[in-house]
Amino acid sequence: MLQTAQRQSKTKKPKTALPHERFLEAFRWMLLTRTLEEKLVSLYRGGLITGGVYIGKGQEAVSVACGLFLKKGDIFAPLIRDQAGRSAFGERLLDVTRTYLGSRLGPMRGRDGNIHRGRPQENQLAMVSHLGAMISVTVGALMSKRFKGEKGFVGLACIGEGGMQAGAFHEGMNIAAVEQVPLVIVATNNHYAYSTPNDREFACDDLVDRAIGYGFEGYSLDGTDLGACLEVIGGAVKRARAGRPPQLVVASVLRLSGHGEHDDASYVTEEIKREPFARDCLKVAEQAIVDLKLVDAETLAEWRKEAAAKVDEAIATAQKEAPPEGDKEDWCALSTRDLVDDVGTIE
Amino acid sequence: MVGTAIGSAIEGMRPIVEMQFADFSSIALNQILNNAGTHYWRTNVPVPITVRLPSGGTKGSGPFHSQSMESIYAHYPGLIVMTPATVEDAYTMLIEAVAIDDPVVYCEHKYLYYHLKADKLPTEGLPTGRARIAREGRDLTIVSYSAMVHEALAVAEQLAPEGFEIEVVDLRSVKPLDTNTVLASVARTGRLLCVGESFPWGGVTAEVIARVTGEGFHLLDAAPQRINAKDTPIPYHPNLWSAHRPNAKEIVRKARALLRE
Repeated sequence: MLQTAQRQSKTKKPKTALPHERFLEAFRWMLLTRTLEEKLVSLYRGGLITGGVYIGKGQEAVSVACGLFLKKGDIFAPLIRDQAGRSAFGERLLDVTRTYLGSRLGPMRGRDGNIHRGRPQENQLAMVSHLGAMISVTVGALMSKRFKGEKGFVGLACIGEGGMQAGAFHEGMNIAAVEQVPLVIVATNNHYAYSTPNDREFACDDLVDRAIGYGFEGYSLDGTDLGACLEVIGGAVKRARAGRPPQLVVASVLRLSGHGEHDDASYVTEEIKREPFARDCLKVAEQAIVDLKLVDAETLAEWRKEAAAKVDEAIATAQKEAPPEGDKEDWCALSTRDLVDDVGTIE
Repeated sequence: MVGTAIGSAIEGMRPIVEMQFADFSSIALNQILNNAGTHYWRTNVPVPITVRLPSGGTKGSGPFHSQSMESIYAHYPGLIVMTPATVEDAYTMLIEAVAIDDPVVYCEHKYLYYHLKADKLPTEGLPTGRARIAREGRDLTIVSYSAMVHEALAVAEQLAPEGFEIEVVDLRSVKPLDTNTVLASVARTGRLLCVGESFPWGGVTAEVIARVTGEGFHLLDAAPQRINAKDTPIPYHPNLWSAHRPNAKEIVRKARALLRE
């Protein structure tokens, strides 16, 4: 495994927040995410959400670090367990609740649901379900920025260990390294691709070993340790931005939920639940805050209350809004309206 | 390749992807259909990519370098599918494909590379979505596109001394499909034969017939017919290949049968 060379940080004064401030900021996004997703789950159980609910419980520390170090103009390609990263990157809570609750005012306007949402015009790419496909899309966006002469940008694409086994992922990694785009790929190994355990997904010792084969720099990390997530993913973003080769970070966690809320995850073994990577990253982070006395218990309680209030407000707003309607929908898949085929529309 | 094009297009470029052979685009189906084709509908952000598909059969090219994929792409929402038959259209439509804000699948038949020439390039062409009457007639309409337009024209020429006047419609783009021009032609001739080089199940020829029978059944004096390639992979040997694809002999036979009705 490659080691992080931090020579630059000694000569340049970093403009970023102090480590513990960054840690607390990340923790608050994680808290907001957990609060939001628990609420979404209860709405789903109550039959108020159609389709699926996919949460990132246990992966918030990795995810938040993905969003936190990106700046305006950077490209973010999140996947289904990246609410924390999406929020830290700037996604509005209303985008989430409107999409899940089927408001016509959401970014997808009822045309696509749950975690497929995105705002490509704000550099939040909208994922497709076919995992691995968004890597090359991110590479293309970065190539375009380079063609246009932009400087200092970076792209970050998320993937899971299951998606890493897809052909599109391989092609995306390869073209990223060939083109030497400033890309960070954060792969979260949550130990199950839906119900398929690691030993049925891949046969190599360590997924990070693949980095060198593609021409990436690779790093591993304990995804339950927020401090490590911030350091390693933050470092990868910094290196990509500084012109180092593309970066692969492989984080180890356990998915603390089903694949979606329709899945009871009964296949997750008791042994794996006792592994160190099965810790709940939110609890680990909170314990660190308490142990290091970064803030007092009152403040923590206040943050919890604030998160709940924000979530409740976003849900209440979306619930009041009208759903899309079939007979009022603009059934047009092209932006060039005069080239719409007239199939079935001639009377 | 297509994924990077989609990303570049989202960021404001107008990339052109060249597939070398249309057959290879099956590898990129997911990116073309599910990513590019859905993007504007889902996000309101159009994806102006042009995917060039060198299409259709040539002698000795075999199962994996001969396919015509237009029907597959036309089936999916969110894509424009161009199928030029002439040098002039190949030129003006490619320029237009790049200018269009939506994904365009541009099917360029390899026959065009080898057999057609033009002395000068046109400054303007018909707009996309408008079919062209390649030859006027009053006894039978042959609707075709891409290289098969030239087979249809050869058949029209061959049957002319027998007193048959065959009208040939070149669709130019199969999506959008210019149903009005086809219907107007069938209104003149009362008979319809559709010729396409792709496989026979479903596809452009079936779509044209479905539209004409649905919207212009009263215009027809005989049951509309269609000719496609055979329902097998495309053979390598020239003797087999020329029997696999629609050829002038088969078109003449079906045209005569229709004209006799």
